Amino acid sequence: MADATATVVTPAKRAKPAPRSRLRKFFEKKSTIAFFMALPLILLIFTLVIYPAFYAIYLTTLNKRMTATAWMKNCTYLPDWICTNIPFGNLQFLLTRETFWMVFWQSCLFAISAVIFKALIGFVVSHFVHNVPTKGQRKWRGMLLVPWVIPAAMSTLAWQWLFDPSYSAFNWILAQFDVERVSWTGVAHWARFSVILVNVWIGAPFFMIMYLAALKSVPDQLYEAAEIDGANWWQRIWYVTLPMMRNIIAITALFSTIVTFANFDIVRILTAGGPLDKTHLFATWSFRLGIEGGDIPLGATVSLFMVPILAVAAAFILRDVTRRGNEA
Amino acid sequence: MTSVTVDKAGPTRARPKYGSMKRDRAWALRWSYFFLAIFAFFFLIPPIYMFITSLKTSAEISAAKNPWWVFNPTLSNYVELLTSPAYIGFFKNSAIVSVSVVIITMLIAIPAAFALSRMRFWGSATLATGVFLTYLIPETLLFLPLFKMFAVFHEYTGIQLLNRWWVLLVVYPTLTVPFCTWIMIGYFASIPKELDEAAIIDGASWLQTLTRVFVPVALPGIIAATIFAFTVSWAQFLYPIAFTTSIDQLVLPVGIITTLIKGDVFNWGQIMTGALLGAAPPLIIYAFLMDYYIAGLTAGATKG
Repeated sequence: MADATATVVTPAKRAKPAPRSRLRKFFEKKSTIAFFMALPLILLIFTLVIYPAFYAIYLTTLNKRMTATAWMKNCTYLPDWICTNIPFGNLQFLLTRETFWMVFWQSCLFAISAVIFKALIGFVVSHFVHNVPTKGQRKWRGMLLVPWVIPAAMSTLAWQWLFDPSYSAFNWILAQFDVERVSWTGVAHWARFSVILVNVWIGAPFFMIMYLAALKSVPDQLYEAAEIDGANWWQRIWYVTLPMMRNIIAITALFSTIVTFANFDIVRILTAGGPLDKTHLFATWSFRLGIEGGDIPLGATVSLFMVPILAVAAAFILRDVTRRGNEA
Repeated sequence: MTSVTVDKAGPTRARPKYGSMKRDRAWALRWSYFFLAIFAFFFLIPPIYMFITSLKTSAEISAAKNPWWVFNPTLSNYVELLTSPAYIGFFKNSAIVSVSVVIITMLIAIPAAFALSRMRFWGSATLATGVFLTYLIPETLLFLPLFKMFAVFHEYTGIQLLNRWWVLLVVYPTLTVPFCTWIMIGYFASIPKELDEAAIIDGASWLQTLTRVFVPVALPGIIAATIFAFTVSWAQFLYPIAFTTSIDQLVLPVGIITTLIKGDVFNWGQIMTGALLGAAPPLIIYAFLMDYYIAGLTAGATKG
């Protein structure tokens, strides 16, 4: 209301030519103050997020020493104007390398399987917590969220020690049952399993908390009505819980897809991409190439491959967010 | 759906059994406890094992005994780490960086959230969405261009950012500010408009409205955002490992990994102790402020 009167007053004052007071008026205007209050945020986002994102695109066009443009080599299979005008040297180099495609599939496998298992475990555990009397829920919730609270780098160290090649505590247990020792991080498929397991361990509690919050928002009357109608537990989940939780399930999974797809800490610490690059993800491989290998443009090209998947997930999230924003 | 129920009910349930629903629930409760115990055990194995290992000597760790039990508990790992200047240095760097980032984040996020949720200016709605999108951009996409940008920045201005701990003060806000702004917008939006109208009518300036009315009312949200900012900057691993290398510039996660692992020699007792102590600050905050922690966690998606 206060702003309405302010806007009414301004045009009347503007008629008089008084430059100093007009300047003051400008600085006293609500939208100006608001802009200055948001200015640090705008500067931060532009200089440290948006600019680097576009800078990454520019970097992909350079050669390793960043002194010249990286043109494509021997590209007789493409039209001339592409070869001579579009600097896709790094892209061409990547797409023709087996390791790149391996990393590509590993990233997809890692993200998809980890998100599915996190969502499943989170869903199941949230139901168990929800079943328990409200008094005890706090205690269980508190315990179950610990993996999410411990910094990922620290807990991955614990997993690395649990998976140790010679002193693995899991292998000791297996040995008690005369099961052959497992090379948790030494063989490609076990290493992939271990990396996914650690990610599920860290991320499942987050799903649990989100789903628990969603479960609590489902009115009890709906379950009572379903129970009176004779619905069994499966029908209650399928016809009551899932439709009511659909939004949260979707948005949590999308969030997690973004974070999981861009994951760095776990693979970096647990396997460092090994054995033979069999567990590298886009993030860890671009670190290996860009920082450790000193080829920043190539590393940036690798990391940009995350953009399409992230953009799709972000678009879905944004659609959901704005839709709910309009409802509110 | 009804036909299914009739089938299920069958002849045995023709006579209404009073209390069967109650008995079903009792069994569901017992199963819930059983499975919760299993999941809690699975979720707590690594921290428990960290603690077990931290109490062992190197000799016991390499002995072929039951690794899940401590035969000769010792605090030597803790004593050694807490008297090591390098480890204390990592801890100090982490603490300084995290606390400063929290302050910087709040100074940027709170006024911005206030402006975006209450004052509206040209493009403010777009900016609010943009803030949310920024939160979705992972750091793994930005670390290489930022690395090069800081190198170029050094060439032009002579100010070295790489391999200095305070480069983290520059980059961490990109991780914390968007989310904190976003949840603060949510909290501010839930405050009734009458409150700030009354303040404005009483002659308060916009800044006074923010500090005297909004900040106190939205305090739970601010605490949640503070906890989020602190835990994120405490746990961040990629930026410090990419931007800092000298031992005196490292923060805790990177410090443990680069100095306690010497070549192929793993001193696991100390590594686990270091990791456990490094995990302690977030765990302590979580233990005392669990409700705020969870509020911040769920706000991201539910407020949106």
